Amino acid sequence: MELKTAQAGTLESGDIVIELAPATGAGIEIELNSTVAYQFGEQIKKVITETLQGLDITAAHVTATDKGALDCTIKARTTAAAVRATGKDVWM
Amino acid sequence: MKDRLRRTMMFVPGNNPSMMADAYLYGPDSIMLDLEDSVTMAEKDAARLLVHNALKTIDYGNTEMVVRINPLNTPYGKKDVEAVVSAGVNVIRMPKTETAEEVKELEAEIIKVEERLGCVGRTQIMAAIESALGVINAYAIATASKRMMGIALGAEDYTASLKTPRTNEGTELLMARQTIVVASRAAGINCFDTVYSNLNDMDAFRREVEAIKALGFDGKSIINPRQIEVVNEVFAPKQKDIDKALAVVAAIKEAQAKGSGVISLNGKMVDKPVVIRAEHTIELAIASGILREEDL
Amino acid sequence: MILAEAKKMNKEVFNEKNLVKDGTQKMDALKKSPKLATLEEAIKKSGLKDGMTISFHHHFRGGDKVVNMVVDKLAEMGFKNLSLAASSLQDVHAPLIEHIKNGVITSISTSGLRGKLADEISRGLMDTPVVFRSHGGRGSAIATGELHIDVAFIGASSCDPMGNACGFSRSENAKSICGSLGYALPDAQYADKVVILTDDLVAYPNTPNSISERNVDFVVEVESVGDSSKIASGAIRDTKNPRDILLAQTAAKVIVNSGYFKEGFSIQTGSGGASLAAVKYIRQSMIDQNIHASFALGGITAHMVKLHEEGLIDRLIDVQSFDRVAAESIMNDPKHKEASANEYASADEPGSATHALDIVILSALEVDTEFNVNVLVGSDGIIRGAIGGHQDTAADSALSIIVCPLLRGRIPCVVDKVTTLITPGKSVDVVVTEYGIAVNPNRPEIAERLKAAGLNIVDINWLKDRALKTIGEPAALPFGDKVVGVVMNRDGSVLDVIKNIAE
Repeated sequence: MELKTAQAGTLESGDIVIELAPATGAGIEIELNSTVAYQFGEQIKKVITETLQGLDITAAHVTATDKGALDCTIKARTTAAAVRATGKDVWM
Repeated sequence: MKDRLRRTMMFVPGNNPSMMADAYLYGPDSIMLDLEDSVTMAEKDAARLLVHNALKTIDYGNTEMVVRINPLNTPYGKKDVEAVVSAGVNVIRMPKTETAEEVKELEAEIIKVEERLGCVGRTQIMAAIESALGVINAYAIATASKRMMGIALGAEDYTASLKTPRTNEGTELLMARQTIVVASRAAGINCFDTVYSNLNDMDAFRREVEAIKALGFDGKSIINPRQIEVVNEVFAPKQKDIDKALAVVAAIKEAQAKGSGVISLNGKMVDKPVVIRAEHTIELAIASGILREEDL
Repeated sequence: MILAEAKKMNKEVFNEKNLVKDGTQKMDALKKSPKLATLEEAIKKSGLKDGMTISFHHHFRGGDKVVNMVVDKLAEMGFKNLSLAASSLQDVHAPLIEHIKNGVITSISTSGLRGKLADEISRGLMDTPVVFRSHGGRGSAIATGELHIDVAFIGASSCDPMGNACGFSRSENAKSICGSLGYALPDAQYADKVVILTDDLVAYPNTPNSISERNVDFVVEVESVGDSSKIASGAIRDTKNPRDILLAQTAAKVIVNSGYFKEGFSIQTGSGGASLAAVKYIRQSMIDQNIHASFALGGITAHMVKLHEEGLIDRLIDVQSFDRVAAESIMNDPKHKEASANEYASADEPGSATHALDIVILSALEVDTEFNVNVLVGSDGIIRGAIGGHQDTAADSALSIIVCPLLRGRIPCVVDKVTTLITPGKSVDVVVTEYGIAVNPNRPEIAERLKAAGLNIVDINWLKDRALKTIGEPAALPFGDKVVGVVMNRDGSVLDVIKNIAE
């Protein structure tokens, strides 16, 4: 899917900023900066990847700046960034 | 269906994940996640997704979940309905309601989503009345749908529509408050008072809560956890009333044991309204931690 | 006959020549006190050698200037292989990293570590593990000689030329104030040599004094010993954080309904937002129920001073003043007592105040399902705290209450097993979180009382599960095999070790 550069989220505690850009290589690449990287780094990347794949985005460059967001927030912010990057909404 | 206790309905901005995750810890009876005034136009899409995912994921315990959507005549309203109904919200709060037709229009939108999900009838509606026209139409709004859970006063827009400022005394709100209480009682639904925004004057807040309780409101919209304790204290029944209510309940049990349809207390017959009030008092006493279930 | 008796006693006979009479006005004579020296002179005269142990206190907390000043000087003078025995170390001590790399400092003992220094040590900066002791444990170790101090460097806000020193100054030239010098008192008493550094050299006699001239060898006047503004500002500021308020209200309810809230009870609280806010609610209950405390202990705060001045608390026992109000109170109020670390919290000191303590409110980074507490190592494996009086007060008090949020962002505070064991679960009675209160199964009577008061008592395992349900399962930390820290129990036994965190 065609992507423009777009972002969603804030740097407040408990939130995450997701920036999407066109892929530089194959697949989904994630650059993660997180306050809980040791314990949840892999889980955060997994949620971002699965959310994008669920929206039929298979290649993208993601920059994520995490401030301890829960999975549901990561999913919401990733979806919002994807909607903004593709111009295709998830609602009818 | 036994109506639930709704003393406090706490407003939480819909684009703030940590406040949304924490809100229920403070024990409000209802949480109202806001997609309307607390969210900027540029963030409407992101907040909608945040609220949708929070409702689906976060364990809010027994707290009633309400979402204030954007008006249906904005580009956001219908998407808001889809996002929150599909996430299983308990109640949609419609802002700036002026006519019964608007409630019916919202109901139609809700039904569309519910039919697709196969859960028709799940979502309740409450309407915020925030204008002179809304107050005039209060009863029609309150009875516009059988999904109506309650009506609430939104004082800021209302006083603006009256062309008068809001005061601590609340003289300018008296007619609207009484109209809303009377309309809700006539319709058999709940009624909620408006927010009080000055967190630095808890005494004035308490006086306002005492006043609206006396008018007959079921509860108050609040903006901060610190306000919960005050509202609960004001709404907590007095020991004298609890004792009386317990006596009434004992009389009911006695009558049931005898197989008698007539309840009598101290030689006098107890009327239905007295029974209803006693039950409500006991419910409040339990919620306020004054009575425990096992004490009954 | 005089000579005969003197010989029996192995003594000389008095010789008038040995009596020196000096008629100088004493005010002037004292200015030439033999104890007055520059820092370098004091170090030289103290006999400090490579491999010896030097000590410091942390009463200026983040504002301390003494540690860096002295260690810089020692490095400049070419000392190597020194042991640094601090009562605690803070962010401000990051310059020690270079001194460790250069071999000036090769071992450290402290109550806590924070900031860059803690970060580097957690990653394996030192070959010798840092030894962590509680405040009471450090006092004991110094008194028994287990922790021998060769030279103590003690920052003081006033000192006279003979060495009478205080953590405040009554002179108009006062530059700094830290209040109690409690953690430095064992050093002053037991170190071989004691150097006082002061930024207000006052006229003799600086009384009432905290440290006596009897224990002081050298007095060094310096520009500044500490930035007092870093020990918190003077005003009481109530937290507006709703979660802290909820935790504080719950902790206060636990205390009031615990069975220990009686006339003459004693209490210690911490300096965190929730702990300070709890004092406000306890105060209201004391007024409502007409209950007075015999003493408040510990790090004393402006909140406690207020209750004392209102007549709700009879005495204050202060090992560390947490703010300017407390520091000024200890200067002016005889019922506000300065206590040494030993008098405060040592296990082997029968008269220590913790032995007379009913209730303590404590914080935690982590509590596990066995009620073990960690206040030292973060959930990322990096050292970021201090034992403080945690072990001491939990063990000795009649009722210890841990107040901590179940979740800090995505970091859980109730866990299966603490990253590092600091306070054994057996001494922890109640854990207060925003999701519910867990009571140690060893204390069923407390659980019963709290339940009867309508409080939300939950199983600690339920709290752990509730946290995991919200945040998901955290991955294990990448610990290496090098021991970077050893955690001592207050009785001198080894509780746990801290391993390095690998990248």
